[in-house]
Amino acid sequence: MVKKRIVQEPLWVKILLFFISGIFLSVFIALPLITIFQEALKSGIVVYLQTFTDPGVTSAIRLSLLTIVICVPINTFFGIFIAWLVTKYEFPGKRILITAIEVPFSISPVIAGLLFIFMFGAIGWFGTWLIDHGIKIVFAFPGIVLAVLFVSFPFVARELIPLMRVLGKDDEEAALTLGASGFQIFWKVTLPNIKWGLLYGIILTNARALGEFGAVSVVSGLVRGVTTTMPLYIDILYGEYMFRAAFAVASIMTFLALFTIIAKAVLEYFIAAQRKSMEVEIQL
Amino acid sequence: MKFPIKMKRDRGKIPGFGLSLGLSLSYISFLILIPISSLVLYAAKIPLKEYFEIILDERVIAAFKISFFSATTAALINFVFGFIIAWILARHNFFGKKIVDACIDLPFAIPTAVAGISLAQVFSPNGFLGKFLAQFNISLGYSTAGIVIALVFIGLPFVVRTVQPVIEEFDSVVEEAAASLGANYFQIFFKVVFPSVLPALITGTAMAFARGLGEYGSVIFISSNMPYVSEIVPLLIIKKLMQFDYVSASAIGVTMLMIAFVMLLVINFLQNKMLKERS
Repeated sequence: MVKKRIVQEPLWVKILLFFISGIFLSVFIALPLITIFQEALKSGIVVYLQTFTDPGVTSAIRLSLLTIVICVPINTFFGIFIAWLVTKYEFPGKRILITAIEVPFSISPVIAGLLFIFMFGAIGWFGTWLIDHGIKIVFAFPGIVLAVLFVSFPFVARELIPLMRVLGKDDEEAALTLGASGFQIFWKVTLPNIKWGLLYGIILTNARALGEFGAVSVVSGLVRGVTTTMPLYIDILYGEYMFRAAFAVASIMTFLALFTIIAKAVLEYFIAAQRKSMEVEIQL
Repeated sequence: MKFPIKMKRDRGKIPGFGLSLGLSLSYISFLILIPISSLVLYAAKIPLKEYFEIILDERVIAAFKISFFSATTAALINFVFGFIIAWILARHNFFGKKIVDACIDLPFAIPTAVAGISLAQVFSPNGFLGKFLAQFNISLGYSTAGIVIALVFIGLPFVVRTVQPVIEEFDSVVEEAAASLGANYFQIFFKVVFPSVLPALITGTAMAFARGLGEYGSVIFISSNMPYVSEIVPLLIIKKLMQFDYVSASAIGVTMLMIAFVMLLVINFLQNKMLKERS
């Protein structure tokens, strides 16, 4: 809730601003959202549901699920360690490390994919060695995993660092003087404090890992059923003018996106409430 | 694990420094540093003359122009509309506000390919808006307009989410003081409120611009992807890769990488300045 302000814009300005925002958000948010479901359900619910029995669709869903099952835990694990490192200790080069976390966000997804081509592809550093040993990374599933790990890497650390900074390390140091070990401190002191922020980071990681298209399309090689995740399959279907099926797959991803933004809003509320209660504690 | 010796040496220090430093550095090296250096070192082997020949090729220059033009236009559109939306969300209550507020994050949450096909459909000649625009003989597919539309969608949350908290935190006492001194609403807005929100607005716009430069997924569905007309740089890199022209791909890729790093530094600088001003 916004508290009433004494200085308010004139009524006509207020109406104008509401009108502009309304039009803008209708065009860029509401219409695309409605269009996805409208196109997906164009030929009725039965045809819509039949899409999901198509072997191409099921294997794309399976591959996408497999990708997140591998990538989300790995990035969560390392994200926690990085946030812990950055917020609990002082060491030279810390600022550079914090900037390095942002790197995957600031470079184009296509470049992200390109990096792994030059690392593991036939022309890459490990290329000849990998070929000699019959290991395929690029243009195969491991390449997708690497690309997804890269693009979804920053989320957990990025959510946790500001939160853990605010929380400080008093609780941890108190636990330490009481004789707790490092892992005990993390499980019993830190984790309960950061759980909402962590969950928030995990949900964002998951959304990005599921939806990544640019980086994955560079490294996948598009072998249908073998290296096609859901966004790539949408691209294939769309390219073959199978618009209805493309929108049907898109609609599941949209459900997940809607779930993500709802979860985000709910978790933000919890995090804000936690912060407020901490501020009260400090004041007391 | 026990740390009896360490505990004595630096008392009061939380254990786990070595472990977390080791794990973090190994992971960042493996995932970010080594891949980046493998691209950079590959490109470094290209003679400078050849590098410039690739980069100054007409088609590459055209792609860079298109990418910069569309990203700039989209960022400026978001500068204006993102600010207005942030203003409404920060200053007013209305029915359904929570839903609208949550929906601002949709471009963050929705896969770019999904955004791409739905925007393409909305603006296609038989789509909802395309039909409407076709009456006036406006077609957005075969120009950079389609690219701009996709980039506006992608960039919107960057501006809104950077500006919104700054407007919320702005102390109304300052406005009241200005009002009591006889300033009218527009004087208060343009001389008092807007200048203090501007740093955040610029930061958000810079983020939207940086994101727009590298965006691929949402653009390729709505753009006609024609060389010299509507071919963005990331797409050109993919085309070079498909022709197994690794030298060109790496040269253009490294150039994009350098631009991205400059943008990262600029945004970091703007953010730090913003934080200092706020505190």
